Amino acid sequence: MHRLNGLKRIAVVMMAGILLSISAAAISGSMVVEGSKAAGMKDCVAPTMDMRRNHMDYLKHQRDEVVHQGDRSDKFALADCVSCHASKDKQGHPVPVNAKDQFCDSCHDYTAVNITCFQCHRKVPEEK
Amino acid sequence: MSDCKQQPDMKRREFLSNTVVAAGAVTVAPGVLLTTTEAKADGKGVSSNTRWGMLIDTNKCADGCTSCVSACDKENGIDLVKKPEGHDDAMWEQQRPQWIRKVKLRDTQSSVVSNLPLMCQHCEHPPCVDVCPTGASFKRADGIVMVDRHICIGCRYCMMACPYKARSFIHADVAEQVVNSPRGKGCVESCNLCAHRLDAGQGNTACAEACAKDGHNAIVFGDLKDPNSAVSKALKSQPSRQLREDLMLNTGVRYTNV
Ligand code: HEC
Ligand code: HEC
Ligand code: HEC
Repeated sequence: MHRLNGLKRIAVVMMAGILLSISAAAISGSMVVEGSKAAGMKDCVAPTMDMRRNHMDYLKHQRDEVVHQGDRSDKFALADCVSCHASKDKQGHPVPVNAKDQFCDSCHDYTAVNITCFQCHRKVPEEK
Repeated sequence: MSDCKQQPDMKRREFLSNTVVAAGAVTVAPGVLLTTTEAKADGKGVSSNTRWGMLIDTNKCADGCTSCVSACDKENGIDLVKKPEGHDDAMWEQQRPQWIRKVKLRDTQSSVVSNLPLMCQHCEHPPCVDVCPTGASFKRADGIVMVDRHICIGCRYCMMACPYKARSFIHADVAEQVVNSPRGKGCVESCNLCAHRLDAGQGNTACAEACAKDGHNAIVFGDLKDPNSAVSKALKSQPSRQLREDLMLNTGVRYTNV
């Protein structure tokens, strides 16, 4: 039987350690962008892991509830995602939430998801 | 009315809509339930105990006044839709989105002129809903006829079917929107009686509010099913008409003095 010698064993352990720390960073690293309201907050409208996995279903459910039933009581309003997750540039102007490297683009770019929502929906919070 | 040949056969319609309702409650596949227009089980959202409508007194509608139109444009972000580059002015005037427009009627015999605002009449039997191939054109439980632009494919059958020319099509990308009323290229839209206001419990539309603010009070808005609402009382106190009543659409918008 082939046995790993001491040096090789250390190399394997180190590789495993590096891989582990990379994946840990990927799990805890947040996509929330600097300068957005969300950056100063602890929680999303639902637990973060749940939002990561299921935000598309929540959005579509809310969309049908609002448009067909007139029920706006749920917490997954697209307008709210925008007002909390959109950031501001150095001059204080709002940046579209779906612009390159902004919140709604970050993962979608990586996973090749293309959403058309912002052809119609406001990309920056409404000024009151 | 003696000439009944032109009228739709309501029995056939009723049969068709009953069949659709029955089919609507059926499960298509395990876990997939088609939506119906009934109120939700949790009691939230709109219900068919309400039917929104309005009464418009054309005598009070002032010639040249466009307060209702501008209020609607502002409320629903219609003023943010700009003429696409390269389109000529005449085409733009014809094709720009409009949820309300002012119409002037002249009686050819007496030359009497009446003014009225014309918008989606929120029919009980809306032809736009009948012809829609995707279900995007629908009637909400509270009687509001509207377009779900998430499923509208922009075929414009509904625009052809509407006897009131109440619907608009968005021909080009739109740069600026209001949260109340998202819009984009390729979908049909029309007056939704300011559904976002009603859902938020503000019981009046932008047009009726603007008309009252200008002192004309030509538009009375409210719940047609509530006998004590201002609109029900106004309807009871005087004769009113539906535009194209011969089509028997039972409109939610009624007019007096036309
Ligand atoms: C009130 C502010 C607020 C609103 C509204 C809001 N979020 Fe969040 N969201 C946050 C915060 C804060 C975090 C980061 C939580 C954390 O770091 O654990 C977050 C995290 C997320 C994440 C995970 C990001 C990551 O790095 O993995 C997703 C996805 C997300 N939000 C989507 C949405 C969507 C979709 C909506 C609209 C339905 C929405 N959010 C509305 C504040 C908000
Ligand atoms: C063609 C235009 C159009 C597109 C594209 C579109 N929407 Fe909408 N959306 C609307 C309109 C119009 C409303 C109704 C607004 C109202 O009544 O407040 C709406 C309402 C909503 C609502 C409820 C209101 C809110 O702010 O939460 C949600 C959720 C929603 N849309 C989600 C989406 C998502 C997700 C997408 C992309 C997958 C999308 N929409 C794409 C036009 C559009
Ligand atoms: C943490 C990463 C992440 C963030 C941040 C994120 N998304 Fe997503 N989103 C995804 C992934 C991954 C998918 C694809 C899931 C799949 O294909 O099953 C997706 C899919 C979607 C879809 C469905 C697309 C489709 O074609 O059906 C919508 C709608 C959506 N996201 C909206 C948003 C909005 C709006 C935001 C910003 C508020 C946002 N997402 C932010 C990861 C993210």
